[in-house]
Amino acid sequence: MCLSVPARVVSLEGDTAIVDVAGNRREADVSLLEGVKPGDYVLLHAGFAIGVYDQAEAEETLSLLRELAQAASGRESPARPTGEAAGTERTPD
Amino acid sequence: MSALELPPGAVEALRSRIEAAIGRSGRREIRLMEVCGTHTMAIFASGLRSLLPPGVRLVSGPGCPVCVTPPEYLDRAIATAKTHGAALATFGDMMRVPASGGTSLERERAGGLDVLAVYSPLDALRYARERPGRKVVFLAVGFETTAPAVAGAVLRARREGLTNFFLLAGHKLIPPAMEAVLAGGARLDGFICPGHVSVIIGARAYERIARGRGVPCVVAGFEPADILLAVAMLAEQIADGRSEVEIEYRRCVTREGNRTAQETMAAVFEVADADWRGLGTIPASGLELRDEFGELDAARVLPAEVRPSRANPGCRCGEVLAGRLEPPECPLFARACSPATPVGPCMVSSEGSCAAHFKYGRQ
Repeated sequence: MCLSVPARVVSLEGDTAIVDVAGNRREADVSLLEGVKPGDYVLLHAGFAIGVYDQAEAEETLSLLRELAQAASGRESPARPTGEAAGTERTPD
Repeated sequence: MSALELPPGAVEALRSRIEAAIGRSGRREIRLMEVCGTHTMAIFASGLRSLLPPGVRLVSGPGCPVCVTPPEYLDRAIATAKTHGAALATFGDMMRVPASGGTSLERERAGGLDVLAVYSPLDALRYARERPGRKVVFLAVGFETTAPAVAGAVLRARREGLTNFFLLAGHKLIPPAMEAVLAGGARLDGFICPGHVSVIIGARAYERIARGRGVPCVVAGFEPADILLAVAMLAEQIADGRSEVEIEYRRCVTREGNRTAQETMAAVFEVADADWRGLGTIPASGLELRDEFGELDAARVLPAEVRPSRANPGCRCGEVLAGRLEPPECPLFARACSPATPVGPCMVSSEGSCAAHFKYGRQ
């Protein structure tokens, strides 16, 4: 029930915004967020914008995952191809 | 906007990190509770359990609002509607939850009760606005994610001077429930903390649990990549002997949370003791309308007689919610109780761990 989706603010009138959710336009109440402006990405829950979706942080998390993957493949590739590592390992006791 | 993708090789890399950390911790197994029902659903739907190393045990927690709402709440809602000729507006998840005496909101609707399933409390407000002669009672359930939106709707009702819109207050708070789970004896090495509850309350809300009770906390997003990363962060805390609050879901969650939403919630509601299915009464774990909003409070202004409820004695939802029992260990699971004929709320809600186990099998 805590599902929440990212939406882009298209326009604003008072506490009501028109937002774009994956190509669909709908109304959202923005009274719970300070300083929202068109172009911002917000999190939508039960008809309200409840938080800001920070794209720069999203990119950082993605970069971290890429780095982890690269570091692991660099370390393991000579001895252990990645295909073999997937799902077939066992923890040593 | 695309979801957080898992770059090629990231699953293997995270698995290795988790395995290395468990090895370093000297433990055979770490037990982590995903508190939030939306996490439970994401974990099962993505098959994540099968991607985790065998040393990680995930336990579902009490974070499914429908599941923890006690039957008395639904009994009161139905009695209120019948006594006062009121309409009920509810989030759809509540429709099929069993109330006492074998009924539910869905069955009552089939029997003629005016029950409206809504996406937003603003839909309930609209329903009331369009029917000035009809009392509309909104079933205010959900955690800190939802409570500010309901508070926003209450303020709007007040501004518009609506006199036929009421709330049956049933909101609950997550951190006190986490503490109750620990106090109840669940053996846990870490918490995967709810992402969207934390958008509102901020990661600092878990400091008492991490620092005070020594159980590491990581606030996680809902993509498989988020959850794997959070498990790795928890495993590393455990291996290092740290017990901190960390945020994996940085794109949406901050330490402080959403101050405006917190203030809106506090302006309308006050913290009170609350009854949780399975966990009993937890001090300071629920929200009631403040006296200033008493005229909207269905429990105060629309009194109804409610008899003590009787839950099905065989149903063990309570132990499942407290992290003490796995759904397939319940004697009713997949026999008397299935999503088609649910006995308890954990089988009704798509976020309930019984429904997740039933749908996706034992992973």
